[in-house]
Amino acid sequence: MDVFKKVPVREQDAQERATNFAEVCLGYNLEEAMAEASRCINCKNAQCVQGCPVSINIPGFIAQVKEGKIEEAYQTISESSALPAVCGRVCPQESQCEGKCIRGIRGDAISIGKLERFVADYARENGIKPEGAKEKNGKKVAVIGSGPSGLTCAGDLAKMGYDVTIFEALHEAGGVLVYGIPEFRLPKEAVVKKEIENVKSLGVKIETNVVVGKSVTIDELLTEEGFEAVFIGSGAGLPKFMGIPGENANGVFSANEYLTRSNLMKAFDENSTTPIMRGQKVAVVGGGNVAMDAARTALRLGAEVHIVYRRSEEELPARVEEVHHAKEEGIIFDLLTNPVEILKDEKGWVTGMKCVKMMLGEPDESGRRRPVVQPDSEFTMELDTVIMSLGTSPNPLISSTTEGLEVNKWKCIVADENGLTSKEGVYAGGDAVTGAATVILAMGAGKAAAKGIDEYLSNK
Amino acid sequence: MYKILVAKELTTNIYLMEVEAKRVAASALPGQFVIVRTDENSERIPLTICDYDREKGTVTIVFQIVGGGTQMMSALKAGDSFHDFVGPLGCASEFCKEPLEELKKKNILFVAGGVGAAPVYPQVKWLHEQGVNADVIVGSKTKDLLILEKEMEEVAGNLYVTTDDGSYGRSGMVTQTIKDLVAEGKKYDVCVAIGPMIMMKFVCLLTKELEIPTIVSLNPIMVDGTGMCGACRVTVGDKVKFACVDGPEFDGHLVDFDEAMTRQQIYKTAEGRAYLAAKEGATHHGGCGNCN
Repeated sequence: MDVFKKVPVREQDAQERATNFAEVCLGYNLEEAMAEASRCINCKNAQCVQGCPVSINIPGFIAQVKEGKIEEAYQTISESSALPAVCGRVCPQESQCEGKCIRGIRGDAISIGKLERFVADYARENGIKPEGAKEKNGKKVAVIGSGPSGLTCAGDLAKMGYDVTIFEALHEAGGVLVYGIPEFRLPKEAVVKKEIENVKSLGVKIETNVVVGKSVTIDELLTEEGFEAVFIGSGAGLPKFMGIPGENANGVFSANEYLTRSNLMKAFDENSTTPIMRGQKVAVVGGGNVAMDAARTALRLGAEVHIVYRRSEEELPARVEEVHHAKEEGIIFDLLTNPVEILKDEKGWVTGMKCVKMMLGEPDESGRRRPVVQPDSEFTMELDTVIMSLGTSPNPLISSTTEGLEVNKWKCIVADENGLTSKEGVYAGGDAVTGAATVILAMGAGKAAAKGIDEYLSNK
Repeated sequence: MYKILVAKELTTNIYLMEVEAKRVAASALPGQFVIVRTDENSERIPLTICDYDREKGTVTIVFQIVGGGTQMMSALKAGDSFHDFVGPLGCASEFCKEPLEELKKKNILFVAGGVGAAPVYPQVKWLHEQGVNADVIVGSKTKDLLILEKEMEEVAGNLYVTTDDGSYGRSGMVTQTIKDLVAEGKKYDVCVAIGPMIMMKFVCLLTKELEIPTIVSLNPIMVDGTGMCGACRVTVGDKVKFACVDGPEFDGHLVDFDEAMTRQQIYKTAEGRAYLAAKEGATHHGGCGNCN
């Protein structure tokens, strides 16, 4: 075995998977996982742990995998993460743990994500549960939102003995894990539901269909329902549009709507009662992970799909793995291209999109080279569907109904490194604070807030 | 699960249900809506709140069968439950925030068309409880399809019923009654019109002429109802608004109704439209905008 090469992970064939919603990556088996784990040199000063937003004892669990002690490895991961099967699938490991791996300096980094996934899947398939609190302290904490930050915060607090209730606005728990990330990257029944069950097995209660800010306010939770602290993990918010003519034509959707219909409402399944537009030719505007998810969903629903992005490939914010998978499946990338108008027929349906070609100019404040319009470059793409994937702006539901909760100029909730907001006993984390980011950063924030809440309530 | 305490068919294809939903009942105000799901595989269907009882912890909804989802809902009986019932969503009516003294000085006209009587009712009732009497026009295609007449009578200042075919009350569209009342010397400071999109459009064209500020309540396609999906976007003046979080009530003189009506067609299929026309038979007039 070449110790500089990682054990390749099996994937569904690109041609075949482009027509189904089954998971793309098939994961390691025990033999492969043990072989990959044996490449770890167990560094004294493990950089990978530094790169993990929830500080999993990575060399520790890998050493256990190396010996085939998978149950122990699962408990090691569970000390730090409530959602290992999720993280093993959707974390950007290349820029976190694996990006810091010493092995990676000369050769391939250890496939930490794939190992984590293997351990979590093994535990699930063998009925191994995380260990809960020895005793309860009876103190009630409310968590708003059952996405990655909320589940993490709730799981950690439950392990410390708190009586935690999560309030979820939708009819199903999971947040972006159920409405945003597609089945082919993150199976809902097999993975997400089971991981949420694990959080519930720690004693966490989940009340669905509660829109905090509407059904009940944070102040009411604190004063009338007996909660001593609140964590806000309400997520990203409202989809952005470009503000170009024709954007309200029939056939223009936000990626949020498109993905929610397919993922949460199961519209990809012919038996679902929720409709979704099954276009022939689809443009997805944007270059992030959400754009890749929307594009790959549209492809699987039978369309020819174009990613339309105004900068070049180098600036694509999506993970390299996602771009690679999208290309393999046949998504067409129209880079350095920017829409200026959406064209429609007399009945109001999308017929095309007028675009201009861009070129890269001087770097802007984000450090990326600013795209500028190439003169006389206008052209028209014929389309029947446009999916806007331009990010989100914060949802005002909570900030506008909570007395004394400070927001910044982008209307994101202001919170310190322990998650504490401007309001006593109220903590926040994840996209509601940072704006749209990643699952694992939201989990890191949920974890920090759980610690902050514990310190606050222990000293109260 | 949210238990149904009362379920009745008010008239052909229009149903009323009183549902146990404590959190919604505790914080609901006129103008807001809920989203319901019949079972674990159902669509999310937005419905305006028709009434609420804080003591009993119940919320009343009224809906018309317009497709598979509402068809399924209509089969539920008292004692059955909805799988999901979430709310109250959207903003409460403007007047809930107005100082009562100001409100009492105003002459308010409500215009309800068809099943629109249901969302108008809690507004008129709320005003009545604050000692404000509002005039109400209720329009219906025929006498048989008129709903909530008795309930409305109890809370309205003056109630004017009009039927398209003249089978009951005044004869003609609601716009005719507005014209008649103004001609009779009635003065209105504000009008609230709720009903089929096409009705609201024509009411707004008229009240613009009559210089009566008009509020409408929109019920566009939506998924989550909390601002997340943007399916419910509507052009109001020169701005794009999300009906679920910015509305559902808007300045009717600024709403782009033609765009809103076009957007309601997104998921309608040719078969679905034909089905509706056949199903509704004599009661089908196309006014709700679900078929054209």
